[in-house]
Amino acid sequence: MSSRDLILARVRRAIADVPRDDTPYEQAFERGYLREHGSRDAGRTVDLLAENLADYRALVHRCTAGELAATIARLLAERGSASVAVPTGLPPEWLAATDVTQVPDSAADTPAELDRVDSVVTACAVAVAETGTIVLDGSPDQGRRRITLVPDHHICVVRVPDQVVSSVPRGLERLDPLRPLTWISGPSATSDIELDRVEGVHGPRTLEVVLVSGE
Amino acid sequence: MSGGTYLGMPAFPKAAHEAVRDTTLRGNLRHATHTIRAKRATAVAELSDWAELREAGKQIKDHTLRNLDTYLVQLEESVTAAGGTVHWAVDADEANRIVTRLVKATGESEVVKVKSMATQEIGLNEALEAEGIDAYETDLAELIVQLGKDRPSHILVPAIHRNRGEIRDIFAREMGEWGRPAPEGLTDTPAELADAARLHLREKFLRAKVGVSGANFMVAETGTLVVVESEGNGRMCLTLPETLISVVGIEKIVPTWQDLEVFLQTLPRSSTAERMNPYTSTWTGTTDEDGPRDFHLVLIDNGRTDTLADEVGRQALRCIRCSACLNVCPVYERAGGHAYGSVYPGPIGAILSPQLRGTGSEIDASLPYASSLCGACYDVCPVAIDIPEVLVHLRERVVQGGPVTREGARVVVKPAKGHAAERAAMRAARWAFSHPGALRTGQRLASRTRRFHPRTLPGPGRAWSETRSLPVVPAEPFRDWWQRTHGGKDTAK
Repeated sequence: MSSRDLILARVRRAIADVPRDDTPYEQAFERGYLREHGSRDAGRTVDLLAENLADYRALVHRCTAGELAATIARLLAERGSASVAVPTGLPPEWLAATDVTQVPDSAADTPAELDRVDSVVTACAVAVAETGTIVLDGSPDQGRRRITLVPDHHICVVRVPDQVVSSVPRGLERLDPLRPLTWISGPSATSDIELDRVEGVHGPRTLEVVLVSGE
Repeated sequence: MSGGTYLGMPAFPKAAHEAVRDTTLRGNLRHATHTIRAKRATAVAELSDWAELREAGKQIKDHTLRNLDTYLVQLEESVTAAGGTVHWAVDADEANRIVTRLVKATGESEVVKVKSMATQEIGLNEALEAEGIDAYETDLAELIVQLGKDRPSHILVPAIHRNRGEIRDIFAREMGEWGRPAPEGLTDTPAELADAARLHLREKFLRAKVGVSGANFMVAETGTLVVVESEGNGRMCLTLPETLISVVGIEKIVPTWQDLEVFLQTLPRSSTAERMNPYTSTWTGTTDEDGPRDFHLVLIDNGRTDTLADEVGRQALRCIRCSACLNVCPVYERAGGHAYGSVYPGPIGAILSPQLRGTGSEIDASLPYASSLCGACYDVCPVAIDIPEVLVHLRERVVQGGPVTREGARVVVKPAKGHAAERAAMRAARWAFSHPGALRTGQRLASRTRRFHPRTLPGPGRAWSETRSLPVVPAEPFRDWWQRTHGGKDTAK
């Protein structure tokens, strides 16, 4: 008997006391919890996102669509970045105001090459206000998972209010599980030394979130 | 601190006896558990529907366990359809052989690891080392443990028993042996220590070809695996290598994608007391040109089906390894994680280890007693595991023996050694309580001789009194006092 068959046989024997129940899963039990906590209008939801992001030490900026290129250029300049990783589908106008060297996301690049890049700019798939989380799903404007991981500085643009949801349940509804997802809540952090929170161990030590509104 | 193995560990009472005398350890533990306990309560209080989330988490896990065969098969199909390969391992040896074979097939002799309880449980690092493969732990706390040639002592913060000074010394002494040495003049500030770890590990991440992980959840419907972490070492191991091998216990399934909405709310708040942990990664098989080209999922049993067979004990398999029960446990706070002799310390370890491994060894037979049954663990558990209920159930097993499932077969275990005296004492008590004359005589005799009573019991009673203070016998038995002061009359009327 293969190990697979052995394990499955053991499982069946172990639960032999449980009467088999054919109730469809959706009706098997009550989901008595809330879809979101509290009621807010779109503006308040964006404010909550900003508060919670800042609480976990992300740097939050707000601007209009017209100001976005200048904002990104300023953030890269303040950081002193010489190079920026760019997802293939990032709107080119976002980087129109900066002369920092652009490194297009490419599967051929080695992790060591990526390690020499200073910053990365991406869009996101959805942002969750209650937890202060941005979610990347690898779409062309977000790129491969590693480009938001290896460089030490990540600028993430969130279109508000359309990309912002209130809660984790609302966020999951919008996401495609077949895509590789990265949920980011503040910069890389550890509490492993006496439970003192320290930013930045392996992921980007600085996370800047730009909340961009309107056209 | 002795070696990196749990083999031959002394039973809990002895290990705990030594641990409570270590004042540094107690200080470190007290600070850590009290800090996180208070933070957790605040994070939980933010969600007005916590009770409903907890109930849903319990129901989802119970439903999954009741239909585990169906969901395992469904998971296998969806992972395979998404480009992954599924392997099944009955026990630790088989799991280790599978992983070793997979690593060797890549031609590599080192792997980077995300912290994983399952791989610690099966002793994967040691098994790989025996085959000439170096496994590097990349979680900061696991690195501290690995460099310190130590054992983890907490599910979430494995180096909780170490303070910053100890960590500095370990880094300064050991990092050079494994790779990039610690910077000159390293101080003990957490930020500097984290920076030293970043530099030390980054060279390993950037050249790694094989990553090994566990998973917090596996979604049967989609074949998605989920890893919840803070530092980014998880993301490094899950995305930079060409081959990813995930070793996961069969109980970690949830049926649907939607179910994650429950656990992604309850797990971070229960474990690190955050609204959300800094990084959560999900992946479904492989994705072209993003992340590993090869993905292997090794599903391990290793005592889980035996645990599932126990109608009372099976609820331990609901555990999502948040570690909230450790942080509130008065026994854990004083004894520390090592005393439990297992990768699963604290209250959950006290019910999980004796079920996964059986109660045959001295340490496993002692674990159901490593508790004051205060119930704080049950109160904080986000999937409502009634740990005290299982502890009492396992105590009965240890003292009386009885039918259990071992490696899939129904067997009857004998009472554990060392509990003969307890059984004899209980029999004697039963006899005395049904013979009032004898009880009275015995009590008076005990009162009169109280000055000569030893502090520990002799002979077979020794095992019991070794870990307990003997009660002081009063100068006068209660029945005599009652007779004297109330004349034997009930005055309450």
